[in-house]
Amino acid sequence: MTDATHPHIIEVSDLRMRYKKATEDSVKGVSFYVEEGAFFSLLGPNGAGKTTTISILTTLLAQTSGSVTIGGYDVVKQPGEVRQQIGVIFQNPSLDLNLTAEENIRFHANLYHLYPYSPTYGLMPAAYKKKVGELAEVLGLSKDMHKPVKSLSGGMKRKLEIIRSLMHQPKVLFLDEPTTGLDPISRQNLWEYLQNIRKAQDITIFLTTHYLEEAEGSDYICIIDDGRIVAQGSPTHIKQSLIQEYVLVDAKDRKALDAELKKHKFAFTGEGPFKIDIGKKSAQEVIQLIKAPLTALDIHIPTLEDAYVEIIKENHANT
Amino acid sequence: MQTLNAILTIAFRDLIKLLRDRARILMGLIFPGIFIGVLGTSLQQNLGGNLGYNFLEFVFIGVLAQTLFQSTAGGIISLIEDRQNDFAQEMFIAPISRYSILLGKIVGETLVSFVQIIGVLGIGIVLGIPLNWFDLLKLLPFIFLVSVFGGAFGVMVISRMQDQRSANQIFPFLLFPQFFLAGVFNPIQNLPLPLLIASRISPMTYAVDLLRAVYYFGKPEYAKTVLFSPVLDLAVTVGLTTIFLVVGTFLFVRNERNK
Repeated sequence: MTDATHPHIIEVSDLRMRYKKATEDSVKGVSFYVEEGAFFSLLGPNGAGKTTTISILTTLLAQTSGSVTIGGYDVVKQPGEVRQQIGVIFQNPSLDLNLTAEENIRFHANLYHLYPYSPTYGLMPAAYKKKVGELAEVLGLSKDMHKPVKSLSGGMKRKLEIIRSLMHQPKVLFLDEPTTGLDPISRQNLWEYLQNIRKAQDITIFLTTHYLEEAEGSDYICIIDDGRIVAQGSPTHIKQSLIQEYVLVDAKDRKALDAELKKHKFAFTGEGPFKIDIGKKSAQEVIQLIKAPLTALDIHIPTLEDAYVEIIKENHANT
Repeated sequence: MQTLNAILTIAFRDLIKLLRDRARILMGLIFPGIFIGVLGTSLQQNLGGNLGYNFLEFVFIGVLAQTLFQSTAGGIISLIEDRQNDFAQEMFIAPISRYSILLGKIVGETLVSFVQIIGVLGIGIVLGIPLNWFDLLKLLPFIFLVSVFGGAFGVMVISRMQDQRSANQIFPFLLFPQFFLAGVFNPIQNLPLPLLIASRISPMTYAVDLLRAVYYFGKPEYAKTVLFSPVLDLAVTVGLTTIFLVVGTFLFVRNERNK
């Protein structure tokens, strides 16, 4: 994030949080910023301080010290202005299960004063009905809009929440582990939907997740562990700085393969399968040099998950 | 304007939820039904002869006050339930103050308590209690006040409460003794000292007595059915409502953000 042309929509400076009755800080001096329109991911193991951080950023929790601004507004001094700028999808669904999908949306629209309050759908203004009609179509919920939310599937509920949180056109959408508990197809579906929203509206996304592949598409990643930032940068940057690509090979005649690898002066480990650190070469170049018939071949391109696991392990080893 | 919109939105959600919750409506009838129908009737039949006033009528007004107070107070507890199932977060991240949320809850639960007393009135009619409709109409502004009083009491109770479980455990403990100490269905003209003290510090006592004072005002039964002057009842009710609201809201808002 070196591009100075984008203003910082979120600025967090030396954020600390100690819960009442706790003997140590849950968040221990965290600083970062998010550029407007970026897709930002905050990653970290359970108990690292992700939810605490997101709660402070969304004005639900008062920090012990440090400052946070969203769109230039201070979360402590101007919570009303901050709330107007943000939409939040919480870890646990925050829908009223006894109300219908439309009533949940109406509740939100009225709380944000998008439309004046009416006790029934029929009495709401035509503009509202049109909007609900559109949303229902996007969700594929046209038939179920007036049914209680409890009859909807988990994926549907999540989509409904996302649609609801976008009604007041927030500048930042916070997603706190949005796909936890969803099956793989619903997850994929939800992400496609989120990507479309990102394309359509220039919205900043702040994500926390345990599914690292969801964060691969981020512009910027912060990894926190035990209340501190342990790594940050673009996904490519984070992967490169830690793990190198390697090629894993094996052969029936391991002795011949071993001799061959030594002859080419490859840096490798193992006695079969052999893990070859390819350094600056491409995998192709390495494999071409090997003549022994291979029984196994795997070109390992590190994923964000590999990098993440390595960072967290290293951090735990150090502390 | 935005605040008013938000208050109405939150208030009507509670009303809509009540109208869909048949079990709760039914429960709202069972207590008054038992108190007036079973307890009131049996006491009237066996002991009511030489009281000098209609005991059922006395119980009826008491139950009216108790239902209003209890329904609103209990309804406010649902804010804890909302917090438990995460719906509260939807309200807490909206650009409205915490005060509007609590006010919306109180208005909503006041509306709910009005629906509940329709049932109580129905029981009164079915049992043929000699009710004076003009006197009941006189009660209207005070009915509203008693509801808000209950709401303020509820806010005070939840202000320091973290979860549904402790709310469910503590609430009946705070409310149930008040039924008896407030003299909802038992005359409390004469009480031994410890009970007298408990009765005088029980907020519901003043809510019940306020409605009775207004209802019986200027009637021969007044001296036997009412404890304090309506002015004192009104002063205590308004005073406690204000204190509970101010202190309760302050604590609730503070505890919500400082964990």
